[in-house]
Amino acid sequence: MSIFVYVEDWNGAYKKSSFEAVSYARIWANSLNTSVTALTSSVVSNPSVLGEYGADQVLTFEIAKTGFGLAQQLQALIQNASGVVISGTNFGKSVAPAFTALSSGALSSNTTSTPITISPLTVKRGAFSSKGIETIELSSEMPIICFVPNSIGVQEFPTACTVTETQAEGNDLLSVEEITIASGKIALPEADVVVSAGRGLKGPEHWGMIEALADVLGAATACSKPVSDIGWRPHNEHVGQTGIQVNPNLYIAIGISGAIQHLAGVSASKTIVVVNTDPEAPFFKAADYGIVGDAFQVVPKLVDTLRAFKADQ
Amino acid sequence: MNTLVCISHVPDTTAKINFTSDGHSLDATGVQFVINPYDEFGLTKALHLKESLGGTITVLNVGGPETEPTLRKALAIGADQAVRIDAIPSDAITVAQNIKNHISANSYDLIICGQESIDYNGQQVPAMIAALLQLPFTNACVGLDLSGSEATTKAEIDGGHATFKATLPMVIGGKKGIVEEKDLRIPNMRGIMSARSKPLKIEMAVEGVAPTKAVSFDKPVVKTAVRMIDPENVEELVRLLHEEAKAI
Ligand SMILES: Cc1cc2nc3c(=O)[nH]c(=O)nc-3n(C[C@H](O)[C@H](O)[C@H](O)COP(=O)(O)OP(=O)(O)OC[C@H]3O[C@@H](n4cnc5c(N)ncnc54)[C@H](O)[C@@H]3O)c2cc1C
Repeated sequence: MSIFVYVEDWNGAYKKSSFEAVSYARIWANSLNTSVTALTSSVVSNPSVLGEYGADQVLTFEIAKTGFGLAQQLQALIQNASGVVISGTNFGKSVAPAFTALSSGALSSNTTSTPITISPLTVKRGAFSSKGIETIELSSEMPIICFVPNSIGVQEFPTACTVTETQAEGNDLLSVEEITIASGKIALPEADVVVSAGRGLKGPEHWGMIEALADVLGAATACSKPVSDIGWRPHNEHVGQTGIQVNPNLYIAIGISGAIQHLAGVSASKTIVVVNTDPEAPFFKAADYGIVGDAFQVVPKLVDTLRAFKADQ
Repeated sequence: MNTLVCISHVPDTTAKINFTSDGHSLDATGVQFVINPYDEFGLTKALHLKESLGGTITVLNVGGPETEPTLRKALAIGADQAVRIDAIPSDAITVAQNIKNHISANSYDLIICGQESIDYNGQQVPAMIAALLQLPFTNACVGLDLSGSEATTKAEIDGGHATFKATLPMVIGGKKGIVEEKDLRIPNMRGIMSARSKPLKIEMAVEGVAPTKAVSFDKPVVKTAVRMIDPENVEELVRLLHEEAKAI
């Protein structure tokens, strides 16, 4: 028996959530006294690195291009599983339910904890856009966990690890025509730090200071819904209940009022900083640190101070 | 062009969420229910397609009788007929299986779901329907163009976008982008009147054994009071973020 984990790569390179998935699998496997088998693309040049996070064996194969194709491959490769872990990236969220349907498994998506009890298996997951936390029980021979990136954290479990090449059939039901990745940008769901701005910025021409702040912090940029609706920023920066849900270590909200729908998508962030001219802005109630002040004065000062701070580190 | 739009019946985005005293389920007292916001974009897209290509729009919900006002609202917005599959939608795969059965018994060119329901945030049902039927699927779909039976879909992926081509029928998990916010349709008086006489059919559910079960619900821990910092002293913020929050 083994806990299987699909480890996603981006053009042959791993990201934090890839290692986090292996750590998750290791923690689960330890509680069952079993091994961890990682499944990953043969494009990756250093799959044995997964041993550092707890993989006992790594199977590499030429992965299909779509969620369904990969789900079929996983179904072929996953034998004698005690459970399966998939990170909740955009791609993972297509793979996990398809695999669940094919394997008649039980899936907990949006999972935010490692197993609480093992028999029966229970975990915690976000519900009602972070307004609730559900404890869910999975009763199936094939329990599948799709976890929220950054909710568990990467943990090292140095393990002697073997790498074996294999293959599996997967049928992509649609063809990939084009993939465009914004270069040099940090993807929002994965970011440790998010700098987000709202209508208080008054126009798209003022985002330079937001990007400067994101730059010095190594952060991803985000925005409130109306900002993307008016076209000041692209839709894929819209965070909140009806946009991308984030849970970074640090979320900085500038000129955002903190409407309930905005908070629903960001309140799981570990530390929240709010900058707003209005001391009554609801966001302050959800914040850890607040500054009542004009973004046009506070942000440039913050950028300078952070630059000096980073230079000292 | 026969389109199925799957509609989830969810608490309004402004709703305060509370749970029953035993912690087993949502306390619906005082909660207003609406069409899942992601599904509103899908329904409007279906209307656009119908306007250019003709055909029929069916809206479907798996749920109890309490969801019928939500289906009526979808009819008032412009769908032609509604189907309610009578079951308590407690688990994604059982919902997906019921929708699959309905699709197999009818003939649809396109199945539009929302990327996720804002109640249980599963983001599971659309991909499951597609996998059960072995149909092409695009998640986080922000663009859909049809040329005959060929569909070009645009999807959000981590850090960017992808474009796919597929042959209909297919399933999408849609969101803002397949139509814009400003294009969203709301019911008008005529729509509301005509919705009363549009068919709303109730179908029996196939009961399966749900592989997942909600054991309990809790509310998140509330933050302790915010610490206010003088705007003239951003150094203090940087110090606190470093030393106290350990966030930088
Ligand atoms: C169905 C539905 C779904 C929704 N989903 C989302 C969602 O997912 N995400 C989302 O964000 N919203 C969502 N909303 C919208 C939400 O209700 C709010 O309207 C929105 O979040 C407000 O955006 P904002 O804070 O940028 O703008 P505003 O509410 O206009 O707030 C601007 C803020 O900037 C401050 N300000 C002004 N000037 C300055 C300055 N110079 N310096 C500093 N601060 C300044 C003001 O005091 C104010 O607090 C949704 C709404 C609905 C109905």
